[in-house]
Formats: sequence, C-alpha cells, structure tokens
Amino acid sequence: MSVIYLLISISILVAIGFFIAFIRAVKTGQYDDDYTPSVRMLFDDELRITPNKSVQTTEEKQI
Amino acid sequence: MDTKNCFHCGLDIVEKEEIIFDDKSFCCTGCMTVYEIFSLNDMTCYYDFEKSPGATPQDINGKYDFLDNESIVSKLLDFEENATAIVSLSIPHIHCSSCIWILENLQRLKKGISTSQVNFPEKKVRITFHPAEVSLKEIVYLLSGIGYEPYISLENYEAGSNTVDRSLTYKLGVAFFCFGNIMLLSFPEYFEVKEYWLDQYRGFFRWLIFALSLPSFFYSASGYYVSAYKSIRSKMLNIDIPIALGIIVMFVRSTVDIVMDYGSGFFDSLTGLVFFMLLGKMFQIKTYSFLSFERDFKSYFPIAITRIQGNLEESVPIYDIQKGDRLLIRNQELIPVDGILITETADIDYSFVTGEAIPITKKSGDKVFAGGKQIGKMIEMEVLYSVSQSYLTQLWSNDVFQKNVEQKHKTITDQISRYFTPILLLIAFLSFGYWILKDTNTAFNVFTAVLIVACPCALALTAPFTFGNILRILGKKKFYLKNALVIEQLAKVDTIVFDKTGTITTNKKSNIAFQGNSLSEADLVLIKNVLRASNHPLSRMLYDFLPETQKLKLDHFAEITGKGIQATLNGTTIQLGSASFVGANEENAIQQTSVHITINENYIGKYVFNNQYREGLSSLFAHLSQGYQLKILSGDNEGEQKALEQLLPPGTELIFNQKPEQKLEFIKNLQEKGQNVMMVGDGLNDAGALAQSNVGISIAENVNVFSPACDAILDANVFDQLDSFMALSKKAITTIKMSFTVSLLYNVVGLSFAITGNLLPLVAAIIMPLSTITIVSFVTVMSNYYSRRRLQ
Repeated sequence: MSVIYLLISISILVAIGFFIAFIRAVKTGQYDDDYTPSVRMLFDDELRITPNKSVQTTEEKQI
Repeated sequence: MDTKNCFHCGLDIVEKEEIIFDDKSFCCTGCMTVYEIFSLNDMTCYYDFEKSPGATPQDINGKYDFLDNESIVSKLLDFEENATAIVSLSIPHIHCSSCIWILENLQRLKKGISTSQVNFPEKKVRITFHPAEVSLKEIVYLLSGIGYEPYISLENYEAGSNTVDRSLTYKLGVAFFCFGNIMLLSFPEYFEVKEYWLDQYRGFFRWLIFALSLPSFFYSASGYYVSAYKSIRSKMLNIDIPIALGIIVMFVRSTVDIVMDYGSGFFDSLTGLVFFMLLGKMFQIKTYSFLSFERDFKSYFPIAITRIQGNLEESVPIYDIQKGDRLLIRNQELIPVDGILITETADIDYSFVTGEAIPITKKSGDKVFAGGKQIGKMIEMEVLYSVSQSYLTQLWSNDVFQKNVEQKHKTITDQISRYFTPILLLIAFLSFGYWILKDTNTAFNVFTAVLIVACPCALALTAPFTFGNILRILGKKKFYLKNALVIEQLAKVDTIVFDKTGTITTNKKSNIAFQGNSLSEADLVLIKNVLRASNHPLSRMLYDFLPETQKLKLDHFAEITGKGIQATLNGTTIQLGSASFVGANEENAIQQTSVHITINENYIGKYVFNNQYREGLSSLFAHLSQGYQLKILSGDNEGEQKALEQLLPPGTELIFNQKPEQKLEFIKNLQEKGQNVMMVGDGLNDAGALAQSNVGISIAENVNVFSPACDAILDANVFDQLDSFMALSKKAITTIKMSFTVSLLYNVVGLSFAITGNLLPLVAAIIMPLSTITIVSFVTVMSNYYSRRRLQ
C-alpha cells in the first residue's frame, strides 16, 4: 500500500535530478550560444579525413 | 567575358591580376597566401564547408604595435595566470561554418594556442593560449594574416567581465518543472472517481502539489508582484496588476481549499499560467547579440596611439595622452584627440562625425579634431586637449546627447488594462455583494473565482507573441529591432525625418558628371594618367570612374597640396584641381565638389561629384508620403536641393546646414508639436537626433560595422522596403487588437461560470490552457499572414 508513497517520491527525486542538471547547464553557459555547437558537431569527421596526405580531395569549385 | 571568382574570397578576378596557384585562381597575393598557409597545414577543408569563405587579409603593418605594451594586453585578457591566458576577440568577418572550423583549429597553425572556441551569434572567438610561447600580438597577427582581423577598440579596454542575466531562464525552468509535475499529480482529481485508492491518497497528492507550487508561486512569478507593486506606486494600472492579483488569489484560495478539504484547488492552472506567461516573455526577447544598439565613441576609438618622444615611437593608451604630446597617425587611423597638424598636409575624412564622405584637406598648423580619419600618408600632430576634453568626447558627454528620452510611452497592453482592471474589480465586488445576501460561503468562492478566471493570461500573452514573431520576421529581412517595444513605436510614427549623406545617398559611389567642352579621347587618356600618380581621394574616385586607357609615362608631375595637380606629358601641360588653382571663375562652385581641368592653359571643364541616391528612393518616398510627413535634414549645403526636389514627392521639407545639436533641436520641436518622429540616420552626427526621436533607425551598409546608438538597425540593401516594414508594424497592432477581442470573449465565458458559482477546478484547467493555445496560434498565424502579404 505504501508503495505509492515510495514510487511518487522516487519519481519526484528523478525529476529534481533532471532539474538540477538543467540549472547547472544554464549556469555553465550552455544555453548562451545555441548556434555554434550545432555546427561544431559536424566537424569531427572532417578532422579525421585531413591527415590523408594533401592530395586534393577538394573538387574544383571554381571556373 | 567570363568572370572568374577568387577561390578564397569569392570576389571577381581582374584578368591581368589573376594568380594561379595549385590549380586555383586567386584575386591577389593576400588570398593566395592564406590558401598557402592552410594547405601547408593540411587545413584545406576550410574550403569544403562553404564556397569561397575567406576575406583578403588587410595590411596591418604597425597597427597592433600597442599589443607590445604589457599593461594594455593585461587589460584585454579575460584571465591570466602563469601558464594560461584567455582572450575574447571580436571578429566581424565570422559568417559561416568554415569560419568556425578554421578559428577552432587555430592550435594547428600556431604553437602555444591550446584551444579556441567560437561564439557564432556574437561573432567572437575565445582563445586560450600559453603566454610564454605565443604573445597576444602574434595571435592577432596570425588572425589578421588569415583574413580574420579582430576588432579591438577602446570599449574592450574598459569593459569588465559582464555578467549575463539568466534569471528568466531559471524562472522558466522552475515554472516548467512545477507545472509538469503538478499536472501529472492532479490528473486523478480531474475524474473525481469515487474510488478507494484515490480517496485514500488524496491528502498526500494535494499536499505534494501544494509543495510543488511554492517555487513557482514565490520565485517564478516574483517578477509580476514587483511590477504590479511598482505600477500601483506610480499610479499606472498596467497589466501586471490583474495578473499578480489573479495569481495571489488563486494561491490563497487553493491553499484554503486543501486545508479545509473543500477541493483540490487551482494549483495546476496557477503553475500553468505562470509558465505560459514566462514563455511569452522569453519569446519576446529576441536579441541580435552581434549588433549593439548602445554604442558611444568608445567602440570606435582605438585603444592606443603612437606617441613620438624624441626619436622614440611608442604606443600609449589613449587615456595617457597629454597636452603637448606628439602623435603619429597612420593611414586609416582615427584621430583620438583634438590637436594641431604638424605634417605639411593631411586629408581627413570626417564622415564619422559629419556624415560628409569627401575628405577635407588640412595644412600644417591647422586644427584637427578628434573623430577624423587620416587617409593617405602618415601624419604627425601635436595634442591640444586630452581625450576627455576633445570636441567629440565633449559632444558625447553633453547633456542633450546623453539624455534618454523618457519612456512615457504606454504599451498597448497597458492601455487596455487601464480599463480592464477597474472593470474586473467592479464585477468581483458586485457579484460578491449579490451572493453575500444569500450565502457567505458561496460569496467568497465567487469573489475568488472571478479574480482567478479573469486573470488576463491570454491578454498578457497576445503582445509578446505577436511582437516576438514580427521581430523575427523583420530580422530575417535584415531590419533589426532593439526590442519589441520598437514595433509599437513604429506603428505610431507620423513624421519621418531622413538624414541626407549616407542615409538616402550611398557612401560607396559618387555620381560623377562632366560639365564643359567635350573631351577628346586623347584628353581622357591624359587625365587618367595624371590622376594615376595622385593619392588625393578625389583623384582616386575620378580615376576609378574614368574608363581604362593605356598607361603613359609622365614627363613631369607636381602635386600642390590643397590645390591640385600639374603635369606635363609629351609637351602638353595639364592642370587638375580647385577652381582657383586652374584659374576658372568661381560662381556657384562652392556648392559642389568638383575638379576643374585646364589643358595647355585652356579651361576645358570640370568633373562634378554628385551624390548617388539609393536605389528605389523615389518610389519609397512616394509610398511613404501617402501616410507620413517627410523631412530631409542635412548637415550639407544646399547644393543638392534641386536634384532632391525633382526626386522626392512635393511637400517633402528640405533643411540644410544643420549641426548635430540643431538636428536634435529640430526633432524636439516636432515632438513638442505632438508629432511622433522617426529619425533615419547613419553617422555620429545623427546620434543626438536618433536618441531624441521616438524611433531612431540607423542605416548600415554592413551591419557588422558599427552604427550609433539607436532603436533599430536597417541594412542598407533593404532601404527601399522601409515602407512595407512600417505597414507591417501597423498590421501587428491590428493583430493584437483582434486577439484582444478573442481573449476578452474567453474572459466573458469564464466569468459567466464564475459569477454563477460554478467554477470547478476542471473547468478552470480547461479554459486556461485552451485560451492560451488559441491566442498564441491565432497571433502567430495572423502575423505570418500579414508579413507574407506585405513583404515579398
């Protein structure tokens, strides 16, 4: 019977955990710049390709 | 002819100057060098993300010498310790993903840089480096060398660490947390099932809900109590009074309900309301962090300047400059203080102060004022006043310029609430009076129910969502507003005042016309070749204007400063310059900027530099003149009066020879006559007028370059659409009025429940979110519809 007290307490605790995580994220400035990270995350692949010698993988864009 | 574009910067390549390197074409050695740096470091994927992302590196020789001065450097750094230093540099060129990539990989280009992080919306890069291995100066040189020259101004020097206000984000987070959990916990109550389990735990659920509502009530909603209190004290009934009243009554009544076990209370509606209203506030705040609307001279001034002491040249912070110091001003450098010119001549561009694009020639011994920009050779000057006493700084510290226009403006929401609040209270007391004769208990219930249900949540949400949406739409169209209030102000404007130079004319190109005898082909060749040797800005403009010719070698060339040029070629003598120099009779020449020509002592004619008006100016003015009074306020002389009168619709008032203070006075006079004035300007000479006007719009050729303090920044490319922006702002107000009607209808429906004493928590829980959602979607749809019709 008292299991409902337990379950609800746990659910509230979990919610509070996420809430604290949110506050910390705001405090460390993660919400200040909401554009750059979205671009930055796409770069990681490019970095691995680069060391493949300096043979031009870039196709000719001009002319 | 096929035009090629530079692989690095994307500009058209002049055929003769094309440089081919690594199978790619470049427009200049600068761009090629950048490419070379990147390819040597295996960083050519810079060019993969975006086509031609780069900028040509500028010549910065000596410009950053002040970074040798330790005390200046330490002022610029955000953080400094033995092994690490952090600096934030503002880089106007940041514009694409390639920029982010290259700037975040700086450590591969230079040893000593450990990390760098770009903040794209603010166009800033934050670099962590090892001061022992690499100096700030080297970093700045590296950045400039790859085309990302940082902008360092006096503002950086003074700015402390500015704290970001994140309280709204916290409040919103807390409100959402409370709202979400309370919604879940109150779900069983909605069904009122007479079930053993629910009855058993009702108390537990209710007290938990009560506990969860506390943070929302005391913290998230606190802004409304403060605002309501302030508005009562200033005797202005704003919308926050009924909101605060509603929230407080709701909380008290709900608490009484659960204490006395009358029912479950309205905590779900309470927290939902707080959450939605904060969401509206958040939505309304759309900031363009790369723009600044509050600039003063500090963001234009350099940090340091070169001082000459004996034979020694050193950089000193400009606040350390004293009377009698000798300064060295390089090409394109700003003169920071008033002084006397020592070098023989100087060409000083005062466009920044006066808006006049054509430089003024000064001779040795002349007074030069702060704010001018030297164009051409290096000059020397002696300081007359320190920075704080110079003309420009004095101008800024002048009370008139400083004075903030009082925000007497009442928002449309507040206007409504002036009637709304008393009527609401009246209804509440009347129904209380009616019911108390019958049943005291119901009377209190009805009284609180009225205040709860009438809480103007939907009303308060209308304006933020409409303005927030319009603000974003205009931002996409390159019309950047400082805040949502500006839209309301825009809609009220009835008089528009334009500055001339730089606002309705472009700075970029002057319209040059020849007056006089017709020129032969040979004469043109001659003139072009003479001009080639001269560095005077007018010569450069004229040179660019004349068609390409063959290049000839001059036999003799002399530039008489402040007057003109004299040259001989194959026995022909040619003189170019001012009227007095060539001996032409000068009648109305004062009114126009012109270059006169004589060949072999025969007066040929003159080139007149006319202002080039922006495209679409006539049609814009024709459209605007239907709904607004238009005026042109210019710091220049009347030279252009005729041309303007032809171009602009009749009835446009033209006023010339206005000093910055007079412009301000002019606006003030109009306002005293009860007009709502919008000022459109560009330079610092308009700054006072922009501040005084109801709406100050500054025109920017390039929004990344700095503009004076204003309410809105308009990209020069969309200048001709100004009328549609104005029309859209009016439509925004219409949308709001329509939505007010809808939300008042909701209130009437809610009130009818409340007065009859039938407001159940379930009904409240349905009405509140329903009205919110319909209102938000209504205003969004309407404002999008209007903007699609108005702006193509």
